[in-house]
This record gives sequence, C-alpha cells and structure tokens, in this order.
Amino acid sequence: MSDVMDGQPGDVVLRLAGISKSFGSLKANDGISFELKRGEVLALLGENGAGKTTLMNILFGHYVADAGEIIAFGRALPPGSPRAALEAGIGMVHQHFTLADNLSVLDNIVLGTESLWSWRSQGGAARQRVAQLAADFGLGVNPDARIADLSVGERQRVEILKALYRNARILILDEPTAVLTPQESEGLFATLEKLVARGLAIIFISHKLHEVLAVSERVLVLRQGRLVGGRETKGATRQDLAELMVGRPIPLPKVEPQAAGTELVRLAQVTIAGSHGRNELQSVDLSLREGEILGIAGVSGNGQATLADLLSGLAAASAGTVTLLGDTIGEADAAAMVRRGVGRIPEDRHAVGLIGDMSITENMIAERYREQPFSRHHLIDWQAARNFSQGIIAGFDVRCPGPHATARLLSGGNMQKLILGREMAGNPKLILAAQPTRGLDIGAVGYVHEQLLAARKRGAGILLISEDLDELLTLSDRIAVIYRGQLSAPMIRADFSVQQIGLMMAGHGFAQHEAGHAA
Amino acid sequence: MRLEPRLETPWVLWLAAPAAAIGASLLIAALLVLWSGADPFGVFGLVIKGALGSQFALFETLTRATPLIFTGLAAAVAFRARLWNIGGEAQFYGGAIMAALLGTGLLPLPAPILIPILLIAGALAGALLLLGPTLMKTRFGVDEVVTTLLLNFIILLLVSFLLEGPLKDPMGMGWPQSRKIIEAAQLPKIIAGKRLHLGFALALAMAALVWFINTRTIHGYEMRAVGFNARAARFAGMKVDLVMVKVALLSGGLAAMAGVSEVIGLKGNLTLDLSPGFGYAGIVVAMLAMLHPLGVVAAAIFVAAMFVGADAMSRQAGVPNYIAHVMVATALLTMVVGMLFTRFRLRWT
Amino acid sequence: MAALEIIFTASLWAAALRIASPLIFATLGELICERAGVLNLGIEGIMTVGAFTGWFTVYMGGDLWVGVAVAAASGAAFGLLHALLVVPLGLSQHVTGIGITLLATSLTSYVYRVSLPEVTSPPKIEPFQPLAIPGLSEIPFLGQALFNQTPLTYLAFISVALVAYILYRTPVGLAVRMVGENPAAVEAQGIDVTLLRIGAVMVGSAFMALGGAFLTMSAFNSFYFDMVNGRSWIAIALVVFGSWRPGKALLGAILFAAFDAYQLRLQQIVAGIPYQFFLMLPYILSILALVTMARRAGYPRALMIPYRKGER
Repeated sequence: MSDVMDGQPGDVVLRLAGISKSFGSLKANDGISFELKRGEVLALLGENGAGKTTLMNILFGHYVADAGEIIAFGRALPPGSPRAALEAGIGMVHQHFTLADNLSVLDNIVLGTESLWSWRSQGGAARQRVAQLAADFGLGVNPDARIADLSVGERQRVEILKALYRNARILILDEPTAVLTPQESEGLFATLEKLVARGLAIIFISHKLHEVLAVSERVLVLRQGRLVGGRETKGATRQDLAELMVGRPIPLPKVEPQAAGTELVRLAQVTIAGSHGRNELQSVDLSLREGEILGIAGVSGNGQATLADLLSGLAAASAGTVTLLGDTIGEADAAAMVRRGVGRIPEDRHAVGLIGDMSITENMIAERYREQPFSRHHLIDWQAARNFSQGIIAGFDVRCPGPHATARLLSGGNMQKLILGREMAGNPKLILAAQPTRGLDIGAVGYVHEQLLAARKRGAGILLISEDLDELLTLSDRIAVIYRGQLSAPMIRADFSVQQIGLMMAGHGFAQHEAGHAA
Repeated sequence: MRLEPRLETPWVLWLAAPAAAIGASLLIAALLVLWSGADPFGVFGLVIKGALGSQFALFETLTRATPLIFTGLAAAVAFRARLWNIGGEAQFYGGAIMAALLGTGLLPLPAPILIPILLIAGALAGALLLLGPTLMKTRFGVDEVVTTLLLNFIILLLVSFLLEGPLKDPMGMGWPQSRKIIEAAQLPKIIAGKRLHLGFALALAMAALVWFINTRTIHGYEMRAVGFNARAARFAGMKVDLVMVKVALLSGGLAAMAGVSEVIGLKGNLTLDLSPGFGYAGIVVAMLAMLHPLGVVAAAIFVAAMFVGADAMSRQAGVPNYIAHVMVATALLTMVVGMLFTRFRLRWT
Repeated sequence: MAALEIIFTASLWAAALRIASPLIFATLGELICERAGVLNLGIEGIMTVGAFTGWFTVYMGGDLWVGVAVAAASGAAFGLLHALLVVPLGLSQHVTGIGITLLATSLTSYVYRVSLPEVTSPPKIEPFQPLAIPGLSEIPFLGQALFNQTPLTYLAFISVALVAYILYRTPVGLAVRMVGENPAAVEAQGIDVTLLRIGAVMVGSAFMALGGAFLTMSAFNSFYFDMVNGRSWIAIALVVFGSWRPGKALLGAILFAAFDAYQLRLQQIVAGIPYQFFLMLPYILSILALVTMARRAGYPRALMIPYRKGER
C-alpha cells in the first residue's frame, strides 16, 4: 500500500474535461468537467437517467466519449480501455456486480492481475494479500467460497477487494447501497472512511440524498447529462440537494388513510421448495385486503422473486394453501391468474414484462389475445388490438411513434407505462408490483406511484415488493420483511421504524437465521 | 468499432441483405473458379443457362425447388420460435419411408384418397420425429440441435435397413431401393410430359398457409412471441411448452412432406440418396428468406437454380458442381451478417 | 459366453483407444470453445477440413507431422471465421455454426475434386504407424491396450492433460473459464473479452481438426467424403456428458469408444440383428447421455450469450 501513501492530501488525482457522450439523439453526458482530490469522497448525485453511470463507464473505459479528456495522476487516460483505467489506479464497483458466480472469491480477485501467459497461477501469496487487505479494511470474506454462496453484501466486499488488490488509488462506487440493508450500508461507510484515511479518492454515485450527506465531503449534481451544480456537503440540506437534482420541487405522493376492505388473498404456511434442498419460501403467512398496500421489504435475493412468481402464476406452493378471492390456487397458471383479476407488474420489464422485438400492439394483447374482441375462432382481429393499444398509449401518456413501434426501442419509463396500462386495463382486484420503479427517472416514478395509489383508492389490494425502503415507507399501509424465504409479521404504518426494518432485513428476529449460524 | 441498435430500418436494407449475400457468394465462387483454371464469367453463364436458359431448365429448377420449399418452410417455422430443428433430413426420410411403406401396394385405394393419406401419414411421421427432441428439450433441457442432428444419422441407418430388408425391391438387382409406388399413389404432373409435379403447387399452398398462420392466427402469434422471448411469453400466460410442441408438429410435418413429395411426385421409390441434403439446404433457404414463408419460395427457387445450374455447368465446363454448395453456404453466412445490419449499425469509435 | 469374454481382451481396449482418439480431440476442442462461452457447431466441417488438409499435405509429399500442423492451422482458420461472426458480431451461434459446417464441408469437396480431377478411387498415403513404448508395451494386457498405439493417440491423451492443466492451473485458463461464466467480470479486470474468446475458439477448432486428421492419417490412410460421419455431434454430446471437464470428457470418450468397439465385435457373434441397428447404437447412446446429464450438468453460464462491449 506504500504507493497509496505518496502525495499530499488535496492533490488533484483525477481531472475530467468536457466529457460528452450521445446515444442516438439522447445526450447522456454533455460537457462534464470536474476534479477529484486525494483523500476525499466526492458524491455524484443525480436521479436515474441523469447520466451518472454513463459517465463512470466512460471513466472506466467501457464506453468511449464523443468528446473530452480524462487525466489521471497527471497523465491522459487512453479512451475505451478498462485495462488502462485499472493500470492508472482506477477501480470500479459496478452497480451490477461483475463476478463469476461459479468461481471462487480468490479466482475473481486475481483474474487479470498477472500475465496471462505465465505457466502457474500465484496461489499462497495472493491468498495472503487478500486476507491482509480484508483485515485492514473490514472486508472479511472467505477467499475459497464460491461467489454463488455469498450474500449480496459479501459480494460487494469482493468487488472492493478486487480494486484494492490492484492498488486502486481512485475507487468508483456506483449506487453501492442500492442492494444493502441500512446497517450494511453503515459498514460500507466505515470501510470508505478507512480507505480515505489511507489516501484513496472515492467517487460515490447515488440518488439517495441522506447517504450523500452522510458520506461525502463534496457533492456534484448531474441532471439530464449536465453538471448543474457542486458544493461542499457541509451545511447542505436535503432540500437544497433535492431541488438541484430534480430542477423543481418534488411533490411527495399523498397517501390518504382509508379503511381496508375484505380479504383478497391469503397465504397460509406456504412453502416453495427450491433447488439444492433449500426452500425458496418457508412457511409464509400473508393476508392482503381491499384498498391497502402491503409492502415487502428485504435485501435482494431473499425470496421476493419467488413470492412474485407465486402470485404471477409462475410457481406453485409445495406446501400450504394460497387462497385468492375465496378460491384455493393449485397449479401454477399465469393465464388463470390474469383471468382471476390479478394485475402483475414484473420486476424485469425488459426480459419479462414486454417482448422487446414485438410491437406495442402485440405486447398489449399478450395476456388477452385468446379473448374477444382480440380473437375469434383462432383468428386475430388486429384492428381491435390496435384500437386497444391506441387507448393505452393515450390513457397512460406513453411517448412513442405509434402502436406499431417496437417495444425495445422505448425508454424504461414508457415501457413501465405500457405495462401499467395493460395490467390496469383489466381493472385488477389484486395488483402485484415487483420493484415497479427500479431504474426509472423521477417523473416516471411519480407516475407509477400515482397509479398505484389511484388503484388503492378504488379498492384494489396491492402487494408492493421493493428494495427501495423509502418507497415502501411512503406508500405502504403495512410492511412485512422477507429474509431467507421467511416473511415477518407485518407492522402497521404507525409503527414503521427504519432501524427496526433494517435489522430485520439483516435477519434479526428470524428463526432460521439463528439456526443457520449455529450450524 | 461497435454495434448500435437502429431505431428505424430503411427499407433498402431489407433488400440489401439478400443482395449482399448473393454478391458475396458470387465473388467467392468466382475466386474458386479462377483457381480451378476456368473462366468465371463463362462458368456463371453456364450456370444461369443451365438453371433458367430453357423451358426444360426452368422446369427442372422448379422441380428441384419443390422439396426445398417444404424443408425451408420447416426451418423457417421452427427457427421463428427458436426451436433449432437441424433434423430436416431425418424428417424428410420419415415422410419418404411412410410413402414407400403405404404407397407400394399396402393400401390399394384410389388416388384421391390414397395421396392425401400418404401426405398425412408422412407428415405425422416427420412430426413425431421432431416431437421427440422437442420434448427432450422442454422436459430435460437437452439442446435440440444435437439430438435432431443425431437423429439424421439414426434415420438414415433405418432407411438403409429397410431398403435391405422389409422394403427391398426384389427386382432391384441388389441396389438398395424400394419397390416402385403404385400408380394411384403417383402425384399428377402439372404439365403432361414434364417432370414438374403437383408437389410444387402443394408447396406453394403450404407457404401461403404458413404465412396465414403466422400473421392472422393466435397460433402464429404465440409462436413468434415464444421465439422472441419465452420468459415474457410464459409470464403473459402462454403455455410455452405446448407452443413448442405445436411448432415441432408443424415443422416436422412440413419437412416430411418434402420426402413424400419426392417419392410420389418425382422418384417413384425410396432410395438412400433420395435427399442430397435437402434438410440442411432448407436451413439456408429459410435464412435467405429471413424466415418469411413467402420469401422461402423465392429463396428455394434461387438455391435450386444454383444446384441445377451448377450440375449442367459441371458437365460442360468440368468445374466441380460442389461450387454450388460453397455458394449456398457462403450466402447463408453473409445473409446472417446482413440481417444483423438491418437491426444494428456499425459505429467507428 | 463369448460376448462377455470380449470385454477382457486387450484388442478390444486397444481398438477402443483408437476409436476414442478422434473423439477425444473433437470433444476437447468443443470443450474449450464452450468453456469460453461459444458453441461451435462448425465442428463437423472443421473435422472434415482437418481430415482433408492433413492427408493432402502428406499426399503432396509433406511429412506426417507437417500434415498434422497444417490440419491444426486450417482448423484454426475456420475457427477464426466462426469466432469473428459470433463474438464481435454476436450472430446466432447455432445458425453460424451450421453455416461453417456447410461451408467447410463443401469447400473441402470442391478443393478435393479440383486438386484430384482424375482419380476414381481415393489415393492412399503412408499413415502413422503404431509406436510401441519401450518397456511399457511389454506389460501384459495393458501394454497391448495402451502402449502400442499410433503417436496421434498418445498426443490425444497428452492434450487432455495439458488442457486440464492450463484450464485449472494457469492465469489464461482462469480467464477462459471466467469468460464463459461472466464476460463482464473479465472485461472489468481489464482483459479483452473479444480477443480471449476468439483465441479460445481458434485453439478449440485446431483440436477439432486434429480429430479429423486422425481419421485420414492414423485410423485410415485416405480421404473420402462424409468420413467424419456425425462423430462431431457425438463429441458435442460427450462435452455435456463430461460436464465440461476435460478429465470426465476423456473418460466419457473412452467409455463410448469401448462400447463402440464392443458392438463391432458383437455384430460378428450375434446373428439375426441387422448391422444397421448396431451402427445406430453410438448415436442413440449419445442422445441417452444427453438426456441423463442435461439437468445436472453445470454448463458455463454465459454459453451462447453474445457479449457486446458497452451494450446498453
């Protein structure tokens, strides 16, 4: 680590000058310039779609900028080469981890750090160094574990170790807390402090204001691809930053209290078996009534997807009973779920919600093409289909060239509006919304929230699965926490506590957790 | 250099892809002909003359195109749904076996009844031959490419056994061939005295039928949805496995009809060399047609013209007729590249 | 029981290793490609090219080992073509692979006919001769079965050990395994995904071509069309059967070949069953192997998924 100690605090280690990048007509980055100093945490704040990730991908050489220059430690960085970025001492922890699940922690760390053409992999020395780094910075993880067996928090530690192993002097973290519990985030911040104390410079990308305030010394704000402001964090308030980030005051969704009606769905001791002998869902009890929003909190990968699959009709319970509107649900049958009046907003709109290569019209009838008026005697009535999708486009303010447009060419927000339109068209009694605002810009987020609240108002019951705790706290009438396939008893709005939910997301109060540690 | 998705595809590009494919294959072929010591222009002239230069040549090309339309449709239907059916040969022979089995006297029925029975029985055999690999794919996750390929070899051995055993022609003087089909089993010729038979008209009808299924029915819609994105189709409530089975039955049946048509329309009996690779050529036809059923007809005629023309040229100029196979393979590869550029543009960075 | 006694004859196992050799090369080649995330269905054509070029080099007066080198190089050349189409361009690996097979096979036929216009029966070369390993070949049973093979069979076994070592013990092997699991992880560590995959496909294709060359230069002594005869598709099944591990794949190839050698001998003993059914057995066995192994096989996670740098 001696090289990290070189230089003085306050030296400029990285300079970006006039970085611009367009994708088609979209200006993702427009003339961005800033400096990063040794020993500081610089927060890059901006909502989804502001161009933060694009900028960092340019810095790390995944993309090539249309214009501009990057100077690291006084030397210009050749564009488009992750290798050059790594060699210049830039390390990046991507939002979506770049780890190979079937390989060990050590394999993932040492890859690319030695000449490809050496006849032997380094073994012991590498292991020792990883252990040392882990101890120094509070990044404990078993070097021989398979990545697939690690928790999300542990995987992030591996990503940071990857950068440190290569003597990174500039560390970029892209939305690092999106997947962590509040307590895990605290742990990460402690690690960052240690790194800064050793002289690293850190760029911390986030759209969460309180984190930015907690962790950074300086903050830069990006909006629509442009740098719209920058200031010392000290003395800044959430309100200052929020207005800078959005460019206008953000209206908070209004949740009016209302009494819940009759029960729509009940899960009683539902277990779903998974592969490797572990249950995806373990004895889950859940009840959802008309006119309420039940939020499901949890760290990614704790059974949310399986719970969503169950209510989407893609998975069936191996034990226990699922009662939907008075009927007991047996086999997995997605079409039957639609017929019963379940509106389903899937987690992954690109891969599951829409068929990207088909037109909007074809996508809009995907759940009802067997029904009149869309088909009769196996023949499709395309005119009726077009009229239907025309209606959704108009009713949900979808920006697109027309119903013939190919779905994959739309923006994420417009895709989500189409899915909302399709699902709401059936006037669903029960709505399953899995991560409905993930990756959307703030305008689209507001729109989705409005729609969900409107559905609640007319009496629909909504199961809201989200990893965004703020979203859950704002919208939910009740919140339950999911951890390793188990679901906690829900707490009501009056009892919401971030601390408490955070601890539960990390497994406190769950039976299997204790058992798992004892074993 | 990198690829960037196109927002709109100019219509010229849709034509440019097949044009580039044909151009590239001509260029490669020209180089190969030059290397063999012949004059490329002379050779190409002979190929075109041999394929299209006379009424006889033209009919010969259409006759050769007939099985290719069937196998091309089979591949187009399957590939559209991302069912990688490379077993066209097996299904072709499945149909041909049924024609030889039932058409050589076992069913003494009049032509208007017997011919449809042969076509349906053959199509069923082909459908079942693809159903097996498809179920192995949906049930066990076995890659259908390898199983359909392996089935090609198994079925060819089965044909060999049948021709030396149960279906052996006693008058064949030891040649591995079946007996001739009975007269009632023969498909009528389209024009008396020519080799072009009703199978060609049937192939055209099938192309129209597939086009209709694709664009107007819920089944075609399901097949496309499953092919583009099976996960999303399943989420929307489609029975993906069932759709795959439908695709398999249609695709296998179409490929098998090529075999029936060759036996009862052209050759009159089953032999081991009934198919000079019609199953594999069907893949090329389907890709050249960009999987469009009506395009399949045009592509099949193009590929057939190459083969027929090259045969004629080979007899006169002495350049091996394998040049046609090289051209067709080159056309396939350039076509897939061309199709890529209808969706993406190349950006230099 | 004559049928059972065959199993304990050294000649059966010597034949098994002979039959296994081309399969070992081909399986190893496909395994390398798939470990890097690329399905190579050009394998049948590449084996045919290897069979022809190796043999033709010797026929034109080249040394046997020069023939081997030429075969490997021509295999790598077709591998390069396949890789260029499916790696940077990201084309369908299924369609492209079939296209490569069609192109390689037809080109081989064309070049053969142009180069040898007059011949009616395929000309012969002097192929590799069995090489008895001094000492080891004297061991009863084992010596005859294992250590009295042609050099190319020894090379096949050495290749398996070498490839296994490289895959699991060297940095480049780690990179290849990783690029088949998650190419983004490789790129994030500064290694060029495109070059790595192209390289792996070329090396794998060279091995496939050696499998073809074994047929014309060791198993037989001349080239004829269709001589690969679906062996490559069996090799693809063996990759799955061996769970993408060189050692297991080797074991699978030997088991498979032993079975094949056994059925050849059984044909002469068992009367009444047409020979075609015996010949079908290898293909049927491959399908069965696929069905039993497909679910539990740990396939490379990024197999057949194109990776485009900077894709949004």
